Amino acid sequence: MKRVVAVVPAWNEAGAIGRVVEEIHAFDSAFDVVVVDDASTDETADLAERAGATVVRLPFNVGIGGAVQTGFKYALAHDYDVAVRLDGDGQHDPGELQKLFHPLERGEAHLVIGSRFVDQSGSYRPPFARRMGIRIFARLVSLLGGQRVTDTTSGFLAIDRTGIELFAAEYPHDYPEVEATLVALRSGLKLVQVQVDMRERETGSSSITFVRSLYYIVKVMLALLVASLRRYPRLEGAER
Amino acid sequence: MTPLRVSVAGAIASVLLILVVLELIRGRRLKERYALLWLATGAVLLVLSAWRDALNTIAGWFGVTSYPPAVLFAVATLFILLVLLHYSTVLSRLTDENVELAQRVALLEERVSGLGASERLKRVD
Repeated sequence: MKRVVAVVPAWNEAGAIGRVVEEIHAFDSAFDVVVVDDASTDETADLAERAGATVVRLPFNVGIGGAVQTGFKYALAHDYDVAVRLDGDGQHDPGELQKLFHPLERGEAHLVIGSRFVDQSGSYRPPFARRMGIRIFARLVSLLGGQRVTDTTSGFLAIDRTGIELFAAEYPHDYPEVEATLVALRSGLKLVQVQVDMRERETGSSSITFVRSLYYIVKVMLALLVASLRRYPRLEGAER
Repeated sequence: MTPLRVSVAGAIASVLLILVVLELIRGRRLKERYALLWLATGAVLLVLSAWRDALNTIAGWFGVTSYPPAVLFAVATLFILLVLLHYSTVLSRLTDENVELAQRVALLEERVSGLGASERLKRVD
């Protein structure tokens, strides 16, 4: 029986976190849920605990990537076989997790990312500028990573032991998803993307505001450039 | 030619810089590893201020013939840029280490609170 941990980064998600934890447990009660509270100023940590999650409380805000990585470090320290990551705002539907597990179970992947754009069946239609941004990042990562990817900004993913080891050691601290995808590919991880639908945010607001998007784009571009110049050690267990 | 007063002022400023840095190290308010670049800055500026022929020659290499002390400014600016760049690398390292520490503290805290709970359970048994 594989041991699975759900890593849920959360920053001021008091309005959604309880339901997220309950939904994960409703999907599979055997899952351990770890909510990484990134120094929220509201009730997020207590509500998560009351809903039945293990709560890891960061002493100060370290950003989404640092929070997610904390969860992967937890998974590594507690010897989990599989870790999944879902956002604390409820946009990732635990009901879709089965799709993410299939490629892992068949040994086809170390890392499975829930993509909104594998085929046309998804309902997610972002505004033009964001759609372009997502597409450009996907093209770049495909080019630099040597494998076609369709959605590099998705935070909905599942990793096996090899993936946990990689991300516990190496995960960007802010705006991590795009760069992490490339790092995984360059480290030799097998990556599979599956079509998922994401829900609209229930509460709170997206961390990517218009003002920050320029920093976001430049930072990610630079990170991709540098990541493609770096050498990444092939991980044990990674093929290709 | 470099005006004599510029050379004297440059030399005094360089010596002051070196003395201040040494005093900061002595008082343990500055670590040696962060003082080295400042000392090098002071030393280079002192040499270029005091050794007037050298400044004139170097200025000649770069085609600065009308006012050689401009080279002094250029060299000082270059060293300040080096110091700032060095600080940026230090800052980046500290940021990474800080996050790593926060993560470890958070994970340990979670473990310790778990241990506390199981201790209490044992005592109840």
